[in-house]
Amino acid sequence: MVGGQQGEGIESTGEIFVQAMNRLGYWCYAYRHFASRVKGGHTNFKIRISGQEVRRGGDEIHCLVAFDQESIDHNWPDIKPGAVVAYDSATFEAKVPGDKQVTLVPVPMSKIAKDLGAAIMKNMVAVGVSAALLGLSPEDFASTMAGRFGKKGGKVVQSNAQAVQQGYDGSRSQFGTLLQLPERPKVTGEHHMLITGNEAVGLGALAAGCRLYGGYPITPATPVMYYLVSNLPRVGGAVVQTEDEIAAINVVVGGNYAGTRTMTATSGPGLSLMQEALSLSGMTETPAVVVDVQRAGPSTGLPTKLEQSDINMLVYGSHGEFPRVVLAPASVSDCFYLTMEAFNLAEELQCPVFVAIDLALGLSKQSIDPVDRHRVPIRRGKRVSEYELAAMDGKEFARYTVTDDGISPRSVPGQHGGRYVATGDEHTVTAHITEDPPTRTTQMMKRLRKLKAAHIAEPLRAGGANDPELLIIGFGSPTGAVSEAAAALSERGHRVAEVQLQLIWPFPRAELMPLLQKSERVLVVEHNATGQLANIIRLQCDYWPLSSLLKFDGNPFAVHEIVARAEALLAMPPLAVPPLIVPPLAAGGPGELTIAGFSSHEEVH
Amino acid sequence: MVKGTEFTLADYKAERPTWCAGCGDFGVLAAIQKAATNLHLHPDETAVISGIGCSGKMSSYVNVYGLHGIHGRTLPIATGVKLANRKLTVIASGGDGDGYAIGVAHFVHACRRNLDITYVVMDNNIYGLTTGQTSPTSRKGFRSKTSPEGSLEEPVRPLELALTSGASFVAQGFSGDVNTLADLIARGIRHKGFALINAISPCVTFNKVYGYDYFKQNLKPLGLDGIDGIIGNESPVGEAPNVKAPPSDDASALRAEGSEGRPTGHNIHDRLEALGVVMEHDGLVTGLIYEDTERPSFDDGLLGYDPEPLAHQNLDLNSAQWEQFTAQFY
Repeated sequence: MVGGQQGEGIESTGEIFVQAMNRLGYWCYAYRHFASRVKGGHTNFKIRISGQEVRRGGDEIHCLVAFDQESIDHNWPDIKPGAVVAYDSATFEAKVPGDKQVTLVPVPMSKIAKDLGAAIMKNMVAVGVSAALLGLSPEDFASTMAGRFGKKGGKVVQSNAQAVQQGYDGSRSQFGTLLQLPERPKVTGEHHMLITGNEAVGLGALAAGCRLYGGYPITPATPVMYYLVSNLPRVGGAVVQTEDEIAAINVVVGGNYAGTRTMTATSGPGLSLMQEALSLSGMTETPAVVVDVQRAGPSTGLPTKLEQSDINMLVYGSHGEFPRVVLAPASVSDCFYLTMEAFNLAEELQCPVFVAIDLALGLSKQSIDPVDRHRVPIRRGKRVSEYELAAMDGKEFARYTVTDDGISPRSVPGQHGGRYVATGDEHTVTAHITEDPPTRTTQMMKRLRKLKAAHIAEPLRAGGANDPELLIIGFGSPTGAVSEAAAALSERGHRVAEVQLQLIWPFPRAELMPLLQKSERVLVVEHNATGQLANIIRLQCDYWPLSSLLKFDGNPFAVHEIVARAEALLAMPPLAVPPLIVPPLAAGGPGELTIAGFSSHEEVH
Repeated sequence: MVKGTEFTLADYKAERPTWCAGCGDFGVLAAIQKAATNLHLHPDETAVISGIGCSGKMSSYVNVYGLHGIHGRTLPIATGVKLANRKLTVIASGGDGDGYAIGVAHFVHACRRNLDITYVVMDNNIYGLTTGQTSPTSRKGFRSKTSPEGSLEEPVRPLELALTSGASFVAQGFSGDVNTLADLIARGIRHKGFALINAISPCVTFNKVYGYDYFKQNLKPLGLDGIDGIIGNESPVGEAPNVKAPPSDDASALRAEGSEGRPTGHNIHDRLEALGVVMEHDGLVTGLIYEDTERPSFDDGLLGYDPEPLAHQNLDLNSAQWEQFTAQFY
């Protein structure tokens, strides 16, 4: 970990370091701790380096490079006994509490940088110090530094290289190699990528054929926009920075109505502003793709911290009732694939599709296997062809034709003979405003039944024991900690299974029910205060004895927190779980839904 | 029905409007249809985006593609439609509540963004569909159900707001003079950039103070070749009058001529002069007030933006594009 004050270049230090490690073949995960201010305030960049894929930052710090005393004090609880604490001895004398032993490595980093000509290069000196402590060489950073500073000219590259070298020399001569990195994986074939969830969303959007983006800056979603601003023009696409999130979502509705795959990304406060237009998308059956990079609320909450508290808004938000899909990528790779899938589902189902990620998933850099864009072919849903329109011979196009699956072929402006008015009022099959009760009921039913066609490859990912004493369910970034906790519990002899839920709506009831049935205990792990996912599971699966582990202090789950909760549950007798019966979906039985004014013969208008 | 590429006024007519008899919106509808006829717009390559309120029904009454959206958001929807398919003619329409109250932020930003869309606002100084409340353009002192003692607030001045927000085309018409209004709308459609046509469109049911008589007496036409507003020569409400010649292409005839009973001519390329004319007459002018023909539209200025509609793109990436997109991650 490297820590200091915001605005001092901590982030770029971390980025250079992690990119170099990734290029060496290590699997990395980098998490940035920051505050909602431009300058000042503690910030740190934590890098986990591993011999295999890691999906979360570690809980303990083995090496800290501190630019101020605050970085030591703030992170002290996580510093592992025996850790190395290197610090900038030119600006302060490190003080450490006596409760654990650490090795102090004083290096006058800012003085070395100043002597080389620029104080800001203390960051590169720190890279050199870290390299020495970890038994790496300055050459290991050469290509990364050249890439990063190359544009600024050879002189800048050279002086930064000198800074690394002097930091390396200064540390190595006095302290030698103090830490052992994991065995370096052999790089074979295509190298793995180092990418954040937000970037994976942007890349997935491009691969899916997104050509228009409307967005308003908001932490932690803005990097999606940065990525698309740089890359959409390469395929002729456009980014419009709108005046607010309301405009952004309406650009999405307009763009998709006109036949271009259009997206926006936001966070909770922006999603709140978008609610009305999402209902318009649902009612007019216009595709919309919205990425929600969740952060801690309510209101401004902890704007630079992690939470998963928008689930209720995503599933139940906005006025009226309309179909929507909520996807929840569990990993950075999933961010790519599920964003691609979101565009397909939005056009196939003609409704809003959300990609719900969270701050940790969105902003953390992770080494992943290269993504394969061919895994999710582009599917554009039911579109009326020019031939079909011509064959209508001037008859009015029936945009909202009632079909078995509820999905009506759509036209887009510019298609001759396909004219219709997409109206947010209730409408007839030919898109004329109506208040006729049977038509209203028929169109509502038509829209709502579209969700039966909502399928994704992996609505959930299950692993672990077949006859679990404990099933742990999670989604989004905490699935990394859940997996590690499940592994730790298995090592201790427990039969533990885990589920990573990737489809939150429509809820994958048929897939989850059998797993709930065979588990003696169920624990749902989520970053919010009210157990939003647990409550959805209770209702959707009619399964009530769930236990929750909640965290809403802004920080990611530590593995030991999940292990402790799991062990407490395992020490208790299995909960009395009633036998589960999946109620049949066929109509007519007691307790079944009856819709007044609706019968199937009315569907053919 | 539409045959070939020859379109008549009848081709742009859709269902029968449900507006009150005598509503100013009939004149605005007729003017839009007439402008479309004069410009030979293909109905299948034109979209009318409307919001909520009496004005929101406009998209249902013009026989082109339409999106009848939510209150105040016509401009961002139109922005999405236009950027998705730049070959479409995109007309946003709304009322004074839609555009100058709930949607005023979008209005200001549409002015400065200058995307190539045309915005027709039916301004009746009142909320009509909700049966008569004070609107953002209601005059100070205006009495309604929501301001029984008279409105305390200054009205929004849409022409001044557009001019100071950087709009590149600002005009005002009157639904009682369909010919001029149609010419202004046609000119706005041909303008490459954002065009505001504020159409004074009296509410005959709820606004008894600011009706046809008031505007006929008080509106001052800005004399301009091709868009010579003549108050009192109005067309029958609800029916489009005979088609007048399309607006002149002659860019030289741009200085309004001062003549008897009309404001002194001003240079329509001079924002300050335009602002002066509007303020001098308290916004009660008709005609083309300002046009900037030099400023590139947003769509023309966008780096890398496909000259062909995005909606027509083949979405498959080639390997070279994929390598460009992923290079930064290795």
